[in-house]
Amino acid sequence: MTERAGAGSGLGLGLGLGHDVVGFARALRDAGLPIGVAETEAFAQAVGWIDPLVRREVYLAARATLVRRREDLVVFDELFAKFFGGPSRGQPAPLAPRHDPQRVLRTALVSYMAERAEASAREVDVPEHEKAASAHELLQRKDFADCTPAELDAIARAMRELRLDLTLRRSRRRIRSRRGDRLDLPRIVRDAARRGGAVLALARRRLKLRRRPLVVLADISGSMEFYARILLQFLHGVTQRHARTETFVFGTRLTRITGQLQIRRVDAALGHAAREFADFAGGTRIGECLHAFDRQHARRVLGRGAVVLIISDGWDTGDPARLTAAMRRLARRAHRIVWLNPLLGRAGYAPEVRGMAAALPHIDDFLPVHDLRSLHELAERLARIPRRKWAVDRSGARSRGRAIVPAPSGLAAAPAGEVGSASEASNRSEHRGEP
Amino acid sequence: MSERPPGPRAPASTAGAPPRSTSPASSAELEARAASPPALAAALASRGYIVDDALAMTAFLALRMQRPLFFEGAPGVGKTLLASVLAEVFETRLIRLSCYEGLDLAQAAYEWNYPRQLLALQAHQRQPDAAGGAAEAVDGADSELGELYRDAFLMRRPLLQAIDASAERAPVLLIDEIDRADEEFESFLLELLGEFQITIPELGTLRARHRPIVVLTSNRTRDVHDALKRRCLYHWIDYPGFATELEIVRRKVPALAEQLRRRVVAFVQRLRREDLSKLPGVAETVDWAEALAHVAGLAGAPAGGPGGALDPATVDATLGLLLKYHDDIERVRGAFAAELLAESA
Repeated sequence: MTERAGAGSGLGLGLGLGHDVVGFARALRDAGLPIGVAETEAFAQAVGWIDPLVRREVYLAARATLVRRREDLVVFDELFAKFFGGPSRGQPAPLAPRHDPQRVLRTALVSYMAERAEASAREVDVPEHEKAASAHELLQRKDFADCTPAELDAIARAMRELRLDLTLRRSRRRIRSRRGDRLDLPRIVRDAARRGGAVLALARRRLKLRRRPLVVLADISGSMEFYARILLQFLHGVTQRHARTETFVFGTRLTRITGQLQIRRVDAALGHAAREFADFAGGTRIGECLHAFDRQHARRVLGRGAVVLIISDGWDTGDPARLTAAMRRLARRAHRIVWLNPLLGRAGYAPEVRGMAAALPHIDDFLPVHDLRSLHELAERLARIPRRKWAVDRSGARSRGRAIVPAPSGLAAAPAGEVGSASEASNRSEHRGEP
Repeated sequence: MSERPPGPRAPASTAGAPPRSTSPASSAELEARAASPPALAAALASRGYIVDDALAMTAFLALRMQRPLFFEGAPGVGKTLLASVLAEVFETRLIRLSCYEGLDLAQAAYEWNYPRQLLALQAHQRQPDAAGGAAEAVDGADSELGELYRDAFLMRRPLLQAIDASAERAPVLLIDEIDRADEEFESFLLELLGEFQITIPELGTLRARHRPIVVLTSNRTRDVHDALKRRCLYHWIDYPGFATELEIVRRKVPALAEQLRRRVVAFVQRLRREDLSKLPGVAETVDWAEALAHVAGLAGAPAGGPGGALDPATVDATLGLLLKYHDDIERVRGAFAAELLAESA
C-alpha cells in the first residue's frame, strides 16, 4: 500500500512534503504541544497512506497522529491553517493567551514578576542567619501583606522547607505485607517450590495506601494581590513535592496552571503561569469560576478522594446563589474542602462577606493563611484529615469533623472580640473534636 | 463538520457498502474494508455505526500503521460500541478488558494456577519420600521450579489471549475505561501496546503473530499518562451532529415515526447546549427514543401525522432516560422543558 507515497513523490512532492511534515511538527512543538520525534515519524508514516494532495486528508492524518489532548485541537487547527495556507476551518479559533501579545496583563502576579525581574540583579540578603532566632520568629508571624520584598524573599526561602503530607487513603491495589488480610499465593507457591514443596510460611498482602490528590483553587484577583504573590510560590513548592497536585487560579475566569507550576525553577514557572492568565481587572466571580471548575475539570481531577484547597478572601461580585450551588456540588465530590482566607488572621474579621457566607456551610476547614506560621498549621491540618469522609458520633449522627473556627494562632495577635464569632455561633452544633 | 467530497480516491476504493453476507468474508474482502477511510466508514455504517471522516481517518490509519486507538469522549458517545463493531467488520473475536482501580496482571494478563501448582508440589514431594530422602527433595527444587511454571498451569486473561500466537486472525482487544485503572497498570500496558508482547518472567516473552486491533477508551475521569497516549492514535469523539444522530436513531429505533424521531433528536441536540452536570449521550438519545416508541399513542402514530407531536407532559415523564442527575432533571422539568421543546420544534 505504499504506492500512494510513491505517487506523491512522483508528483515532485516527496521532498517538499517531508519538509512540511518536519516543519509543521516543529511549529506545533514551538506552540507548546508535546510533539517528539516519535510523533513526527508517525505523521510522516501516515502521509504515506493518504492522498497528500487532498488538504482535508493531510489535515485529518496530522490530527490523528499529532494531537493527543482535546485542548490542543484549537492551537492545532490554527497552526494547520497558518502552515498549510488556505482558510481556517469553521470560525477562527480564539487565540490562546500566550499567542496574543496585545493582551494587557494586569494581574498581581504579573506586576510581581516585573518587580522580581528587576530585583534579581541585586538580591538583598535578609539578616536571617545573623540575628537568627528573633528575626526568624518575627517573620513567622508577620502578615504577608505587610512584608517588604526582601522579607517576602526570605519567607519564600523558608517555605521551601515546608512539606505537605496529605492523608492517605486505601487504594484498591495490594502490596506485600507481613500482616495483610489476604494470602499472597504466587509467593507461597514460589517459596514452597524452593523448599521442596513444603509450605513453611504464609505470605500476605494488604491494600496499598496512597496519598490523596490535592486540588488547589487560588484567587488571584485584585483584593488578594498581596497574598497571591507569596501563595503562588507556596503552591509551586507544593506542586514540586506532591506529584498529584492540580492547581487552578481564578478571578473573573478560571485558568489551569498545573503544567506551568511543574517547571522546576520557581521564577520560570511563575513567569510561564503569568502568561496564561487572562485580564483580571474586573471583580472576582468565585461562583462562576467554581462552576466552570465543576463542569470542565471536576470529573477529571476530583476522583480518588481529592482534598480541595480554596484560597480566597471571599469577595465575590457574582451571584451568591451560584456560589452556593457550586460549593454544594464540590462538597459532594471532594473528600474534604479546606478554605484558606488570609483575612481570617486580621483582627476583627468576621466572614460576613456575601460570598464567604454563602460558601461557609459547605466548607470543612476554614483556616487563615496570612503568615508563615499559618502555613505550617495548614500542613499539620492536612496531615490529620480523617480517612473517612463522614465521622459517626455516639448518637449516630453523621458529621464531617469540621473545623470552621479559625485556628488559635490566627487569634493570638488579635483581641478576642468578635473574631470568628459569627462562624463560631453558627457552626457550634457541627464543630466537634478540635484538639 | 464533515461535508467532504468523495475525493480523488473514490473510484479506486470500494466506497459502496459491501452487501452484508452471512458467509465468512475472504481475506481479500476483509482487506478491502480497510482499504481507505471511506471504505472503512461504509463498512462500519453497514453495521449500524456512523462515523464522520475524521474518525474514519484515525481508525483507518490505526489499522494501517498497526497502532492502538485511543478514544476519549463524554460517556455514551459510542466509544466502546465502535470496538465491537470493528470486530464485526473484520469478523474476528472481541476480547474485552474492563478496567478498575487495582486491576493487576493476575486479572488482566495471566495468572498461575496456584491450587494446581500446590497439588503438583505435594504430589512430587511424596514420591521422593517413598525413596527415603528429604535432602533429595531440596536438590530437585530447581527442576521442580521449571516444571511448576509451564503452560498447563498458566491461566490466560484477556491481554494474553489477545496476543495468542495460535489464533488465525488478529482479534480486537478492547481496553475499556482505562482512566479507571491506576498508573501501575498503565505502565504495564506500555510493553503490550508498544511491542505487542508480554514478558512472563518464568516463561519468557510471548509475542503476537498477528497484531491485535487495540482500542482503548477513556471517560477522562483522570489524565492518562503521556507515555501511553504516545503509542496510540488519539481521537476525541464528540457528540454527533443532527443528521448523524438522526441516522443513528433511525437505525436503532425503526419503530418510531420519522417526524417524532426528528423531534427527539432536535430536543436532545438543543438540550446539549444547556449547562448541565451531565449531558445526554447518544446512548441516552437511543434509550429515550425507544422509550417513546413504547409510550401508547406515540408508537402507532403514522409518520407525518398529527400523532408525531411530542408534548411536554411526555417529556417530563420520561426525562429520567435522558438526564441522570437530580439537579439536571429539576432544572429542565416543567416550563423549561416545554420551552426547549418549542425552541427545537
